[in-house]
Amino acid sequence: MKQTNLEVKIGKLRLKNPMMVASGTFGYAEEFKDFIDLRQLGAIVTKTITLAPRQGNPMPRTCETPAGMLNSIGLENPGIDKFIAEKLPALKKIGAPVIVSIASEDDPQEFTALARRLDKLKEVAGIELNISCPNIRGTTSPRHHVTRLIAQDAKAADEVVRAVRKVTKKTLITKLSPNVTDITEIALAAEKAGTDAVSLVNTFTAMSINVETRKPKIALAVAGLSGPAIRPIALRMVWEVYQKISVPIIGMGGIMDTSSALEFFLAGASCVSVGTANFINPRATIEIIAGIKQYLRENKIKDIKALIGNLNI
Amino acid sequence: MFQLKAKLFDNQRVKDNYFRLLLRAPQIAELAQPGQFVQVKIGDGCQPLLRRPFSIHRISQGSPRHHVTTSPNYELIEILYEVLGQGTQLLAQKKAGEYLDIIGPLGNGFNYRATGDGRRATVLVAGGMGVAPLLFLADRIVTTLPLRLRSGQARHHVTRKTVVLLGAKTYRQILCEKDFKALGCAVKIATDDGSRGFKGKVTELLKNILVTSHKSQVTSQAYASCDIKYATIYACGPYPMLKAVSNIAKHYDITAQVSLEAHVACGIGACLGCVVNTRGGYQRVCKEGPIFNAEKIVW
Repeated sequence: MKQTNLEVKIGKLRLKNPMMVASGTFGYAEEFKDFIDLRQLGAIVTKTITLAPRQGNPMPRTCETPAGMLNSIGLENPGIDKFIAEKLPALKKIGAPVIVSIASEDDPQEFTALARRLDKLKEVAGIELNISCPNIRGTTSPRHHVTRLIAQDAKAADEVVRAVRKVTKKTLITKLSPNVTDITEIALAAEKAGTDAVSLVNTFTAMSINVETRKPKIALAVAGLSGPAIRPIALRMVWEVYQKISVPIIGMGGIMDTSSALEFFLAGASCVSVGTANFINPRATIEIIAGIKQYLRENKIKDIKALIGNLNI
Repeated sequence: MFQLKAKLFDNQRVKDNYFRLLLRAPQIAELAQPGQFVQVKIGDGCQPLLRRPFSIHRISQGSPRHHVTTSPNYELIEILYEVLGQGTQLLAQKKAGEYLDIIGPLGNGFNYRATGDGRRATVLVAGGMGVAPLLFLADRIVTTLPLRLRSGQARHHVTRKTVVLLGAKTYRQILCEKDFKALGCAVKIATDDGSRGFKGKVTELLKNILVTSHKSQVTSQAYASCDIKYATIYACGPYPMLKAVSNIAKHYDITAQVSLEAHVACGIGACLGCVVNTRGGYQRVCKEGPIFNAEKIVW
């Protein structure tokens, strides 16, 4: 039998397989080089970069919850200059496409400034707009007079994606927040504004409390929930978005193994990202690629694309 | 760093809620340095989800056939743990012959090269379970002495200069006393309730020893001849204890290395979940640590 085809296309980017890593769970890839052959990844998504260096949130930043974990890192990163000087050269050497995740605490203009910088660099294959990090302040919208994330406001999402689209021809991915009433509204806004793909979902805002000390287990009380606990909700959201938009979806949320990755393809994802599982099994990505190949062979499916959204319903 | 399935050799209760786990992990044992840790996946499912970090307590040779005098083949790593939560409860049920997925050795270990040169006094300060990485350290300090010190008397001199202070709530939580003595270290004990040794905090005991040695400036057998000018403190225990050790070290102008504990998620430096505030900004406990120079930490 002919070899199974795992190739997928996201915008201009042709990926040899649909396996990506969720931003913030893979550092700058070097942390994983002892465990896996990084070249085998479809694409590497970096920890989110901001214009200025960020120290991140106070400790404690993580805790375990039932079948999941909370994190409140707060986008700790060295800033774009140091990232380009110190992290990017090593990332480039790996050989897998590098997608740089970018964000801003509260100034949407920064996305454009960052995208302009990255647009000039040929070692950058794509840009992911992290408009959905739950561990930052967010923007105060004059319309709503409340602080919210860009990904929680279709209009704000439209503006940011549109502005970035104007300054770069690189493959553009918009990362959506699950902390909304209707995620398809935001996905549609991003698509209309010119994003090449959407990735979903970011973490769910959540809490955990130590009843002995009566303190929240995370310093800033509210944090982002990830891991298998969120998988069914993330999957539902991918399915909803798939029915509404035509650009590719990068699905994520508690993918731990081959079968959980396959669920996302069947719900409509063209690619999947492994996040929390990287912390538990640094080899998860590579094992899942092998597992998907085996599944396709066993089911006599020649192309991964035949699986996307192919749900018996 | 290696990720491997380690075969359980032994998992025995030491006393009360304390257990000793022996795993066969030659790659890790060969590389391991005192102060480093391993990340253990306990159970295959989602409960618990994350790995659990454990200090490497000791490394040893696997089987008698490997008892080569010149270069020992380390095959086993030992973990000392207290059953506290869900993870350690599950771990205590594991039987010999089972396998555990472990990653290691992780983090930066103690810098003990400058010790054991026969001049410096070494003080190991353990608070409760903090004893875990210090046995490995004591073992390395004693066994990797420069060859010129291998003669009986010189060796005796150095081991006598390695003082171990064990602190705990009561005598029941005092661990590894015999193991340290077997290495030739001088052991002093402090308990909060005075049920063994000095009554009070182990840090007060540390202060007493330094004061006595400072005043007398002579080699007192009782305090294992702490030559204060060259002393190095290695400490592991709860945060307040380490902070106190840091203050004491600063007061006497001696160096201290501390082993910090944190909520470690990935253990390999990727998640940035376990940072500590240092004079150089936030640093990862799992990567730049868990051993830090005490003066570097913003306590």
